[in-house]
Amino acid sequence: MPLYHNEDQAMLADTARGFIAEEGNIAKQLRHWRDRNCKDGFGHGLWKQMAEMGFTGMLVEEADGGLGMGHVEAGIVLEEIGRNLTPSPFLTSSVLAATALKHSSADMKGRYLPGLIAGDSVFAVAIDETAKHRPSRITTRAEKSGNGFKLNGAKSFVIHGGSADMIVVAARTSGGDEDADGITLFAVPKDVAGASHDHVRLVDSSMATHMRLDNVELDGDAVIGEIDGGRAVLDAMLLAGRVGAAAEGVGVARGAMDMTVDYLKQRKQFGKLIGEFQALQHRASHLYSEVEIARAATIKAQQLLDAGAPSADLMASVAKAKVAKTARLAVQEGVQMHGGIGMTDEYDIGLYMKRDRALAEFLGDAYFHANRVATLSGY
Amino acid sequence: MADLETFRSETRAWLEANCPAEMREPVRDESDIYWGGRRATFKNDAQKAWLEACVAKGYTVPAWPKAYGGAGLSPAEAKVLREEMGRIGARPPLSSFGIWMLGPALLHFGTEGQKQRFLNEIARGEIRWCQGYSEPGSGSDLVSLQTFGEDKGDHWVVNGQKVWTSYADHADWIFCLVRTDKADKYSGITFMLFDMASEGVATKPILLISGNSPFCETFFDNVEVPKSYGEDCPAYVGQINRGWDVAKYLLGHEREMISGADGGDRTAGIGAAMKRHSAKLGDDLDPVLRAELAMFDVDALAYTAMGEKFLDEIKVGKAHPAQPNMMKYAGTELNKRRHELMMAVGGSRSLEWDSEETEGGKPSRSWLRTKANSIEGGTSEVMLNVIAKRILDLPGA
Repeated sequence: MPLYHNEDQAMLADTARGFIAEEGNIAKQLRHWRDRNCKDGFGHGLWKQMAEMGFTGMLVEEADGGLGMGHVEAGIVLEEIGRNLTPSPFLTSSVLAATALKHSSADMKGRYLPGLIAGDSVFAVAIDETAKHRPSRITTRAEKSGNGFKLNGAKSFVIHGGSADMIVVAARTSGGDEDADGITLFAVPKDVAGASHDHVRLVDSSMATHMRLDNVELDGDAVIGEIDGGRAVLDAMLLAGRVGAAAEGVGVARGAMDMTVDYLKQRKQFGKLIGEFQALQHRASHLYSEVEIARAATIKAQQLLDAGAPSADLMASVAKAKVAKTARLAVQEGVQMHGGIGMTDEYDIGLYMKRDRALAEFLGDAYFHANRVATLSGY
Repeated sequence: MADLETFRSETRAWLEANCPAEMREPVRDESDIYWGGRRATFKNDAQKAWLEACVAKGYTVPAWPKAYGGAGLSPAEAKVLREEMGRIGARPPLSSFGIWMLGPALLHFGTEGQKQRFLNEIARGEIRWCQGYSEPGSGSDLVSLQTFGEDKGDHWVVNGQKVWTSYADHADWIFCLVRTDKADKYSGITFMLFDMASEGVATKPILLISGNSPFCETFFDNVEVPKSYGEDCPAYVGQINRGWDVAKYLLGHEREMISGADGGDRTAGIGAAMKRHSAKLGDDLDPVLRAELAMFDVDALAYTAMGEKFLDEIKVGKAHPAQPNMMKYAGTELNKRRHELMMAVGGSRSLEWDSEETEGGKPSRSWLRTKANSIEGGTSEVMLNVIAKRILDLPGA
């Protein structure tokens, strides 16, 4: 498969770009909700609009009412979300939770997928337990209790945890904290007794929670996939989520780069456009080169994932790490080249810097994924 | 698609029957590479048999038209051939600047007579070419070149000096940028072709920091270059005084080649191999070195995807025309980093200059050689200038 978008994908990209630039732009969404101290950190109206565009259920199979598209297509939407810093539950709902629900029973699909596809429901995932992403270690416990389970533990960095109608929780049903086996995934509904949230606003104005599970009782039908065999579903979610986060990161990097290159063509100092200075030209050219490479790695990972290739796992970590490094470069160069106004809240470039910081941390940063590349490569 | 699968199975069978076992071993040193030319000798019978089989099939230049010694393969078929050769580790039967550089220029700008003669000679490995571009005073600023061809009616008299002429001392012919109009910087250069055995041509190898001499200084002292080699076969490519167009076109090809975008093991991750190498030396990878290797592999594997994307886009005309500059910049910088890391893993062993264990100082000499990657064919700084101007459209660039 050639590593560029086919005609349908190019058309989707045009549509997504136009729609998100119009409806999801920084003034209309990120600043609007931030400046109103919105408790959810995003607009439900836009989420509903995204459903009307067909985005929310794009990864859901046609038989289940979705569009049955792949991660290349989801990545196209995510790149535009990244470019516009659009706050939305797309990544956690339409990518992560949608991937988990692929492995769920027909009954559970019926319970949650219509709300996802319609843009009426929001979903979150609760994986991390410490400040760094470390999914190999799951200490949250789920013990058999009657017909169901009783969950105890604590989760962090639950993005949209406060507004989610359902949270996919990874818990341990057997084995030690570091065991690969013995994980079970649960669909934990909003407002279930024993679940509580500490709401935290993050640096990029997104909302997350520290989630506590104190004797949360769930029926057996809350299990996603197999009991004790949740690792396979969790891995599939992580894979999809990382490739999706990489695509969003490419959008952040491109948005910051484009804004900065435009600025180099407008700002005058010493009687010249600052873009005439070779010191800045070379840095901009280097950044362009890195962004192109990061984008290629991301599209490669999307295609491998859609093809079901085993190498998708390695390439996903390559893409996540490469994008994290590249978006970091883009926002740092962006703020520096904007000079003083780059430090002001009024100017958007700083918002890119904040978003990159939070997005890179989500599902593993550049260090985590470079380490993973080494491990998967056998060293 | 079915046709392509048929082609694949035919190619596989042909390779099985025609590629000798010795030619499926990795290239160990220069003597394993067959460059062709009037003075070339074969290292062994296998090398000769492999070349002859490929010449007969058109596989030294598979994508060139059959009339010019190629096999007329479509891009998709050529990719299949590359994949099938890669699968059995088949060496290229013939390496030459004729194939990589002059050939593409002639295919694009040459007359029918030039194509008939020169392309067939290149495809059969009969003539080894070298490239006369850089001069002592014209490196990055190539267009300022001074080597001058004085018009004498039916011939030119060429005087001047070239530098960094790869393998000029082994070459039979040269494709050479010569100023033919001193008044016009860009439209005063002619892309000439002439015999290195002509009177007045002298070469002197340059000893590099690697201890090797792949480049020469080339001197022209009243060299007579005829304007024509026969009917429809001028001694220049394109038009007189329009050689810069040809040179620019060719630089694109050269940058692509040096970037390593066409694949090969140069673009893959190295961490796993470095761990094995380290173990062989009785060492463990230092954790900080392992971390650097991991970061390198991220960049290298991402760059491999970029190379694939770039080639896919070129095939359908989607790539930005200046994109080869980006590929060259990123690819050469990456290669330098690769060799820095390989030297670090090798420790004191990799410092050895001529020991048997290092096959004559291969690690250190290769490491030093890579430092030229970001200089030859346009420096990294020139690449960044071109990106700034042609892709980012920055002012005054």
